[in-house]
Amino acid sequence: MQDRPNVLELLGAVQSFLAEDVVPALDGRRRFLALVSANVLAIVARELTGEEERTLEEWRRLATLLSLDGEPPPRIEQLRNAVGEQTRVLAERIRNGDADGGPWVEAVRAHVRQTVIEKLRVANPRYLGA
Amino acid sequence: MERLPGGASRETWRFTLRRADADPERLVLRRDPPGHVIESSRRQEFDLLRAAAASGVPVPGVRWCEDDASVLDTSFFVMDYVDGETLARRLLRDDAYAGARAALPEQLAAALARIHAMDVPAFLPPAAAGSPAAAELSRYEDIYRAIAPEAHPAFELSFRWLASRLPPSRRTALVHGDYRVGNVIFGPEGLRAVIDWEMVHVGDPMEDLGWLCVRAWRFGADANPVGGLCSRERLFAAYERAGGDPIDPAVVRWWEIFGNLKWGIICIMQMRTFLGGVRSVELASLGRRTAETELELLDLMEA
Repeated sequence: MQDRPNVLELLGAVQSFLAEDVVPALDGRRRFLALVSANVLAIVARELTGEEERTLEEWRRLATLLSLDGEPPPRIEQLRNAVGEQTRVLAERIRNGDADGGPWVEAVRAHVRQTVIEKLRVANPRYLGA
Repeated sequence: MERLPGGASRETWRFTLRRADADPERLVLRRDPPGHVIESSRRQEFDLLRAAAASGVPVPGVRWCEDDASVLDTSFFVMDYVDGETLARRLLRDDAYAGARAALPEQLAAALARIHAMDVPAFLPPAAAGSPAAAELSRYEDIYRAIAPEAHPAFELSFRWLASRLPPSRRTALVHGDYRVGNVIFGPEGLRAVIDWEMVHVGDPMEDLGWLCVRAWRFGADANPVGGLCSRERLFAAYERAGGDPIDPAVVRWWEIFGNLKWGIICIMQMRTFLGGVRSVELASLGRRTAETELELLDLMEA
């Protein structure tokens, strides 16, 4: 266990410095890159908040969609790997035409949309609108 | 020398040439950064700019081209500096550009019609046999298969959807390949120059119209699908009035959906350049923009 400030508080300190001190002092390409950098830190902060729960939920959706048995891996690294592997299986099945028609299509679309929305909640919530 | 903003895949530098026997001249140097992905040569871009100017397309005047990579590490060329703005956000939000916002739809349409009327230069590879849509789709699918570090089910759905709905092509023409707000220089009065020709190829002219409608170029101004500036209908009518081919909106729509997919794959390409060792926060952040194109693709396919 580390001392305060915690990770989000540290990120927030750097974000404030970039947005309030660095960006106004720069122009042109450097200003643009400072804005991009502040935005990247905001992405990291959102990703760190609730990543495990989101990944577990994605694992459960994929298990249902692909009719997989078993329990989710207990550690986040393994959970991420499992979701990556199952997503590859899903992608391969779409590529082979399994989602071109039939009853499975709606379930695939719903899962893919939900997963994309969750990526955007981290990467760019504004893109999702109100 | 000063590096200009934008151009993640190409370096653009502004400089002033001072000679004893002439007035100082403001010029621009374009070169490939080390480790670039998009394949084209500076010589090709240089020759195309010259041909475009001859056809009445507003472009920067070109000066000289250096093919010998030993001079500046990679090939480069020099062109006139065109004063003006390129940032789409300024165009869409600043009061100073209200006139440009009003004029650009017609100006962009007219310049595009002129590009599509250009003779295809001999140095460009000919269009692939068969459908240009099928050729572009398989070109980007191959790139995606070769470089994507993770699976993208939304892209897989898009490949299937697009492949089963290939549009007919009336004719092939010179296609700019990256024609959008962000790749034109404008002033308060409107269009000054079309730039960033590195994705030029021979294909279906409808491709450029679809690309112009891709959501990423609206910068949040989604009520106006064409670069945040106007409706698709206004663009199509202006293009036809300027001598462009008659528009079938369903064909342009296919190209718009393909364009969103292509932009998503380009985001992955840029991110791979970062993973390959180019330490650019801009390239890194593009990897996380891939999901934006995925949502847009799902919306368009289900509409």
